[in-house]
Amino acid sequence: MTDLTDATRAAAPTVAEDLAVDAVSVELAGTRLVHEVSLAAAAGQVVGLIGPNGSGKSTLLRCVYRVLEPAGGAVRLAGDDLHALTAREGARRVAALTQEHSAEFDFTVAEVVAMGRLPHRRGFGAPADGDERRCAEALRKVRAGHLAERGFLSLSGGEKQRVLFARALVQEPRLLVLDEPTNHLDIAHQLEVLALAREAGPTVLTALHDLNLAAGHCDLLYVLRAGRIVASGPPHEVLRPALLAEVFGVRATPVRHPETGALQLLFDRLP
Amino acid sequence: MNRAPADRAVGPPARRTPVLPLALGLAVALLLSLVCGVALGSSGLGLPRVLRLLGAGLTGGRLDAGEAAAYAIVWEIRLPRTVLAAVVGAGLAACGVAVQALVRNALADPFVLGVSSGAAVGANAVLLFGAFASLGVWAVSASAFGSALAAMTLVYLAARTAYGLTPLRLVLTGTALSYGFSATTTLMVFAADRGEAARDAMMWLLGSLGGATWGKVPIAAATVLAGLAYLACAAGRLDALAMGDETSASLGVDPDRLRRELFVVTAAVTGTVVAVSGAIGFVGLLVPHLSRMLVGAGHRRVLVIAPLAGALLLVWVDIASRTLLAPAELPVGVFTAVLGVPVFLVMMRRRGQAFGGAR
Repeated sequence: MTDLTDATRAAAPTVAEDLAVDAVSVELAGTRLVHEVSLAAAAGQVVGLIGPNGSGKSTLLRCVYRVLEPAGGAVRLAGDDLHALTAREGARRVAALTQEHSAEFDFTVAEVVAMGRLPHRRGFGAPADGDERRCAEALRKVRAGHLAERGFLSLSGGEKQRVLFARALVQEPRLLVLDEPTNHLDIAHQLEVLALAREAGPTVLTALHDLNLAAGHCDLLYVLRAGRIVASGPPHEVLRPALLAEVFGVRATPVRHPETGALQLLFDRLP
Repeated sequence: MNRAPADRAVGPPARRTPVLPLALGLAVALLLSLVCGVALGSSGLGLPRVLRLLGAGLTGGRLDAGEAAAYAIVWEIRLPRTVLAAVVGAGLAACGVAVQALVRNALADPFVLGVSSGAAVGANAVLLFGAFASLGVWAVSASAFGSALAAMTLVYLAARTAYGLTPLRLVLTGTALSYGFSATTTLMVFAADRGEAARDAMMWLLGSLGGATWGKVPIAAATVLAGLAYLACAAGRLDALAMGDETSASLGVDPDRLRRELFVVTAAVTGTVVAVSGAIGFVGLLVPHLSRMLVGAGHRRVLVIAPLAGALLLVWVDIASRTLLAPAELPVGVFTAVLGVPVFLVMMRRRGQAFGGAR
């Protein structure tokens, strides 16, 4: 589909693409924050987006889950241009776990999860048969079944994240977009959320700050700097000390996990 | 309804009153209150007599000639007034729910945001300067709708920043504009003094159902019912909007489009309601909040309970306004403010940081 002119994308996989971000540029208030970014993910892959603060990760993701329109290029999912779909059709294919938390209205957990069925409802928007079962199932899957009747605002950060994850699951999306899903979570919950994302089934595109989490949980990484992709490929190819020094301004020392042999990075300030 | 800090997992399951029994209870209470509204008044008619007169009107029975005056009081004065009170109460409560979801803030309602007083300016322009006067209550309502829409847009644009709406800006802007609109109304009333300027101004600024006639009921009732029907259909989308713009968009609800629709609907309902009753405050603030305390934040439930509760509240507030100091009549807004101001202050204190914060 896309001609791969960008040398850094030579490492991109040749498997059938499910998500294809094709030369997408995004502008906010007249400023171009994302410059002709292309990336691809095969069905079921977990693809990570890494980069320093302000590199355009969130902006690109917001364009993928359709809060922002691309100023150029297209986002395709299974061949369909996401931005040509109606809001409802789009929401049936793409679910997002955003960093947004409204603290104004105290919905119950069950109500919050049920909102994920909104794009599937017909007519006057009454809940359909099976919605309740789906929601209960999703809550069980994220081990939050016992929270169903609690007020969402009374939950801890980790519980909230799990509930929002359940909401994304009942949307039954083909693509799950996660914006810093591990923010504010303790280490156990960080590992859990990323494991859940992989188990969930859909293709996953996630922005991550923690490079070790990215190394451990992503099939493919794209590195964003100042709105441009500067490297991409499997984690062990991308997370090289030279690149990390250049992009993040840190000295990285790769080590192997003594038991699993997995790649771990130790960080120091650059001399 | 304790709001625990976000990072602490505490608290029992949220308690919710079942919606259906509550709605039925409110509906029955509303029907009884409508009868009370007709039975109670400055000229004591007594409940049996009022019921007989109501029955006669409904079934077309015969009455003594001596009952003509009492019949007129019941059918031409008290009943339209009580029915209008219920319609206005339901409309204000529904608008409160819609506006709170629209601006994502439980401290907002059409009155706080200056939309009601904006509508009063439009209604007055027609009444006093006679523009389209031949169209009567329709012209007043249409003009009130137009100026309500303009007021709402003005508040929204003035309060909006690049980072979205902050509650503080919104409420401050609304309050400031509301003073401006109220002053305009007062000026207009006094400039076109028709002898009762002070009373008229009071009626527009604090609300009164004293001018109720059957002629005013159909347009108000039709608009309120249409508004309620729209909101009921939009309940799920209102939930999504209340969670935030990003969430809303990711759930397939275009927040800007929904907001535009809500702008028009709330302006229409507020406009027609203000055109027949003046700017009645705090019903739109108080009732949605109380409804949420009872049945939770889900709009499918709130939109069943709030209009019934609003109707009930306003019927009784109107009864109080015309009986407590009878034969003098107090503006309705006096009573809604007595109830509403403490609730407003408590709500504001409870969410101290969120109120002015850059959330």
